[in-house]
Amino acid sequence: MSNTYQAGVKEYRDKYWTPEYVPLDTDLLACFKVVGQSGVPREEVAAAVAAESSTGTWSTVWSEYLTDLEFYKGRAYRIEDVPGDPDAFYTFIAYPLDLFEEGSVVNVLTSLVGNVFGFKALRSLRLEDIRFPIAYIKTCGGPPAGIQLERDRLNKYGRPLLGATIKPKLGLSAKNYGRAVYECLRGGLDLTKDDENINSQPFMRWRDRWDFVAEAIDKAERETGERKGHYLNVTASTPEEMYKRAEYAKELNMPIIMHDFLTGGFTANTGLANWCRENGILLHIHRAMHAVIDRNPMHGIHFRVLAKCLRLSGGDQLHTGTVVGKLEGDRNSTLGFVDQLRESFVPEDRSRGVFFDQDWGSMPGVFAVASGGIHVWHMPALLNIFGDDSILQFGGGTQGHPWGNAAGACANRVALEASVKARNEGREIEKEARDILTEAAKHSPELAIAMETWKEIVFEFDTVDKLDVQ
Amino acid sequence: MNTQGDYQTKATLETFGFMPKLTAEEVQKQIAYMIANGWSPAIEHEHPSNKMEVYWTMWKLPFFGETNMANVLAELEACRRAYPDHNVRLIGYDAYTQSQPVCFVVYEG
Repeated sequence: MSNTYQAGVKEYRDKYWTPEYVPLDTDLLACFKVVGQSGVPREEVAAAVAAESSTGTWSTVWSEYLTDLEFYKGRAYRIEDVPGDPDAFYTFIAYPLDLFEEGSVVNVLTSLVGNVFGFKALRSLRLEDIRFPIAYIKTCGGPPAGIQLERDRLNKYGRPLLGATIKPKLGLSAKNYGRAVYECLRGGLDLTKDDENINSQPFMRWRDRWDFVAEAIDKAERETGERKGHYLNVTASTPEEMYKRAEYAKELNMPIIMHDFLTGGFTANTGLANWCRENGILLHIHRAMHAVIDRNPMHGIHFRVLAKCLRLSGGDQLHTGTVVGKLEGDRNSTLGFVDQLRESFVPEDRSRGVFFDQDWGSMPGVFAVASGGIHVWHMPALLNIFGDDSILQFGGGTQGHPWGNAAGACANRVALEASVKARNEGREIEKEARDILTEAAKHSPELAIAMETWKEIVFEFDTVDKLDVQ
Repeated sequence: MNTQGDYQTKATLETFGFMPKLTAEEVQKQIAYMIANGWSPAIEHEHPSNKMEVYWTMWKLPFFGETNMANVLAELEACRRAYPDHNVRLIGYDAYTQSQPVCFVVYEG
């Protein structure tokens, strides 16, 4: 940059396209999938994205010369073809650490997916991945407890946890709702869940739900001798109201509460995660609105980025889709972001949509939650895909059992334990699914009838958001 | 009397609480799984009236570096003989995650 000020408009690439740049370990790196307006060179488009998501604006301004923009600017340092799409390309951008406030994924996202997404020179833009430097990760609170502590608090080892969302999702009174919870827990589930749109409606105010659910948990624990919990959804219209509801959950000795991190927002989520850490309560995270942001392969933010941001903001369990159930989810892509939730280091792996090595340092892991349209027949596949550090949630698959919630819960628990046992014995559980479940059903009439009920139900639609690999 | 559909709550002991008691051969396979993954076998026991307590009493120290399944089975048997009215559980300790990727009750008191 020359050090004399000349007013006017320069090409972005003069300053922001730096193919010779070697990213620093402290840089925050991003990969965007871009389609530029026709006739604009790729380098110029890439540089524009770097500029508009960091220090640049459309015109040169005199006050740039009061600071060292060479130190602060984002740099487009690499361009790659997108396999199978001649119009789109990936641009890799390095942002200096000092562009971001410590411990604030809010600040990171406001820069990276802010104004730049409405930029006219782009036809489309999608944030595919972010590499957070370990120096930044160390400034974030992360999961209030994390997988290891969560297992120790709940006394659940050597298997996925088993849950269910209470149905019908809307309309039950508090006492009837508590009944449904009790039936699921006494039958063998570890956890039950408020549906995301249950907050505090006229048919069931939050405080009444808390009271009856607490009763259900206490009774189920006394009778089964196992630890139980229910995600009390504290998502509300204001943070003050959320903290009030969280405080009452604590007063009732409830082990876990719940928040919707996208509709509630990252600021609310980070605050609530801090509260949970200080008060020894686990935090379950639902992801309503995610598909609006992440499903279109040419626009928005890939879920792996939202998942990384959630791990930094804080949550002990996050919904990831099921791969096999009623909701969208490509298997390799899902495995890619499940790793980001749970591992301490995830290497670059394009076959899973992972664009960067990611070092998570000592940040605790987040349980992957598989929920939505799954039933006993899916159990071996779910265990194979998600492994032990997951929570498998069967809503309809528990409460739709012909004999009710308790029998449905038992069927799922038997199917889960049979699958875990078979896996540990070295069997190929996805291939041998039918044999494993049939054997287990011999000692469980509850499982036998569940298998009969759901034998024909599969959800085989093609994935809309496929990975860009050929 | 038709009791089909009448689900009775069961008192269970967490993982594998819903399976029929594992046979010696099946326990052996779980030990093999543990050893193959490099986890340390350990045995704990406690009177059933204290089953919900976090800490059960350890049977000796965890068997660090043990790779012989027969030795672990023999220790399980010895623990059961010494405390016939106790629950006895088998644990696999993972030093990396500091968790227990295997943990189930082998004998009920």
